[in-house]
Amino acid sequence: MLHGLLQGFLPSILEGAAITLAVAVSSLVIALAFGLAGASAKLSKSRWLVMLATVYTTVIRGVPDLVLMLLIYYGGQTLVNTIAPKFGYEDFIDVNPFIAGVITIGFIFGAYLTETFRGAILAIPAGQREAGIAYGMSKAQAFRRIVLPQMVRLAIPGFSNNWLVLVKATALVSVIGLSDMMQRAGLAAGATREPFTFYAAVAVLYLIITTVSIILLKALEKRYSLGVKVAS
Amino acid sequence: MIFSKLVTATLAALIVIVSPVIAAQEAKKIRIGVEGAYPPFSQIDTDGKLKGFDIDIANALCGEMKVECVMVQQEFDAMIPGLLSRKIDAVIASMTITEERKRSVDFSDKYYQTPARFVAKANSKLDASAAGLKGKRIGVQRTTIHDRFATSTFTQSEIVRYTKQDEVFLDMTSGRLDGALVDLMAADIGFLKTPAGKDFAFLGPIYSDPKFFGIGAGIAVRKADSALRDRLNTAIKSIRANGTYKKIQDKYFDFDVYGDPMPTAATIKK
Amino acid sequence: MNFAAIIESLPLYFSSLLVTIKLLAFALAMGLAFAIPLAVLRASRSKWLSRPVWCFTYFFCGTPMLVQLFLIYYGLAQFVWVRESFIWPWFSSAWFCAVFTFALNTCAYTTEIIAGAIRSTNAGEIEAAKSMGMSRSVMIRRILLPSALRRSLPAYSNEVIFMLHGTSLASIVTLMDLTGAAREMNSTFYLPFEAFLTAGAFYLVLTFVLVGLFHLAEKRFLVHLRPRT
Repeated sequence: MLHGLLQGFLPSILEGAAITLAVAVSSLVIALAFGLAGASAKLSKSRWLVMLATVYTTVIRGVPDLVLMLLIYYGGQTLVNTIAPKFGYEDFIDVNPFIAGVITIGFIFGAYLTETFRGAILAIPAGQREAGIAYGMSKAQAFRRIVLPQMVRLAIPGFSNNWLVLVKATALVSVIGLSDMMQRAGLAAGATREPFTFYAAVAVLYLIITTVSIILLKALEKRYSLGVKVAS
Repeated sequence: MIFSKLVTATLAALIVIVSPVIAAQEAKKIRIGVEGAYPPFSQIDTDGKLKGFDIDIANALCGEMKVECVMVQQEFDAMIPGLLSRKIDAVIASMTITEERKRSVDFSDKYYQTPARFVAKANSKLDASAAGLKGKRIGVQRTTIHDRFATSTFTQSEIVRYTKQDEVFLDMTSGRLDGALVDLMAADIGFLKTPAGKDFAFLGPIYSDPKFFGIGAGIAVRKADSALRDRLNTAIKSIRANGTYKKIQDKYFDFDVYGDPMPTAATIKK
Repeated sequence: MNFAAIIESLPLYFSSLLVTIKLLAFALAMGLAFAIPLAVLRASRSKWLSRPVWCFTYFFCGTPMLVQLFLIYYGLAQFVWVRESFIWPWFSSAWFCAVFTFALNTCAYTTEIIAGAIRSTNAGEIEAAKSMGMSRSVMIRRILLPSALRRSLPAYSNEVIFMLHGTSLASIVTLMDLTGAAREMNSTFYLPFEAFLTAGAFYLVLTFVLVGLFHLAEKRFLVHLRPRT
């Protein structure tokens, strides 16, 4: 029945859904890297790093994701092609919609995760790290063994929220021509003149992705909160 | 300090993630920008494959030049920026050769030529003149010749710009537009002859003023790429001569789309 | 940087700035007006009252706003009965569709924010109201809502910024907002950096202004919650 309703476009849209998920997961990896780097910079002693990270989070949170995405898609290619030869890299570097989309989304959510991670690190009493050092751990050991495991737990709620917003932001990659499920639905809508049917199908797929995410993240939060007393 | 180490580590990780994508570039293939949302010239099948007149011509030309081509599907308004930034090497997307575009890119000889015409509700009784369309909403595809012509001719009308031609037709059927200025063939086959276009018809004169509508659709290349342009010209001549062109044309159209002579209202049945 | 082109396009940006502000103001006003009663229902103990509201917020918070916009702008036109009904004159306008979608979207998020604040109301406040003999509706109006709305301010200011960014989607359905102006400039001059950075600067300034206003509001309305030293 579903197949009939979507008039043969179901495989195409599911393929698009796979691309949407790939965009979401790849951007998440980049966002995690930017988020950790940003949080570390904000907490570092170097004034320059703090300032750089502050400019990063302020600018990103002040400009719409669509504008940043269009900027990187239309402008990124020109920039890369002007800069790369100066570093002796003569070959062509392609900024295709996938890369433009993933970098933009990763870069944006890196800024949001910066705040999440910073808050989580700050929420761990400094005394714990100091105690670790007093026991003879190196600073790196104290961070890895004491701060990081607790930070993960504290960061999960903020992380979950950011992931859900990130998933929804992936719909924008259709605007720069990546053939995600949104764009597939658009093509099907143009061919069949039944836009409602296909955009509704995309809405349902997004609801499935967000619902599954919520269930998994709740389980993760539970797992990491073992051994933490819950006041009820 | 632990944090600065973390910064270095994450940046290093980033480079590792991004670099394979950058490295995986084949230099020798010709990248051709196509649109995929402009039937019957360029569209995407239910199975996600590109098809249409532009696509067949592109494949025929690549076969003739004995080179491997990669089709890069992107929005029409991203074609010239994509060409200039070397994202693509040639544009085969029904792009008309105009003086304005020649300022930024170079063109091959034309590979087809069709005029433009208004489409409106069959019973609209609109007068297709600047005065007659005063205050009306005219749909066009962004940055096309139709956009430029409508913008400078129908200054009293509201020009509504869309990224895709399909979106213009969708908004035509939902009654958001009073008219749309469209390529004759794209309107005829892509809309009027489909079930959605049954209540619509052509309106007013056929436009082919070379000042706006150029001298046919050509293949855009970078100005520095005159070698590629010359090879494309030779290839166009040979597919015209050896019958490949006619075979492709007959798949889609029932008249000479090369535009010698240009079609008039009389030669086009409708 | 081609500043001549930017200056030439500035009038376009300023007129589009007005479109962005109007879109935002209408969407926020409509969204907030409906969010307050919905939040009261959502926070209610009765499943019959809270469930339907939950369905609404779950859909609008769980799908991208772009999908919602396309469902309303392109989707509704699919049905002939919609096109022939009395609502069509409104829905045939891109402006109305955009405001309508944005309003529904922000309404859903705002409902959840306020409902959360209502649920976390200090039990003492409610007990005090009850012991004063207030009826339920009087208590909601005089105690619950004023307190919850104040505590919603920080989260709501985030929602407003998100909404400002969300209005950029209007450019996709042919409206000439700030992002639309940038796309227009890019397609006329082929200058992506100039076009989108200019738009970005406008949005950044708007964001700062909004953040500043909310700061003032928080100072004024949340003074009772500030830690005393």
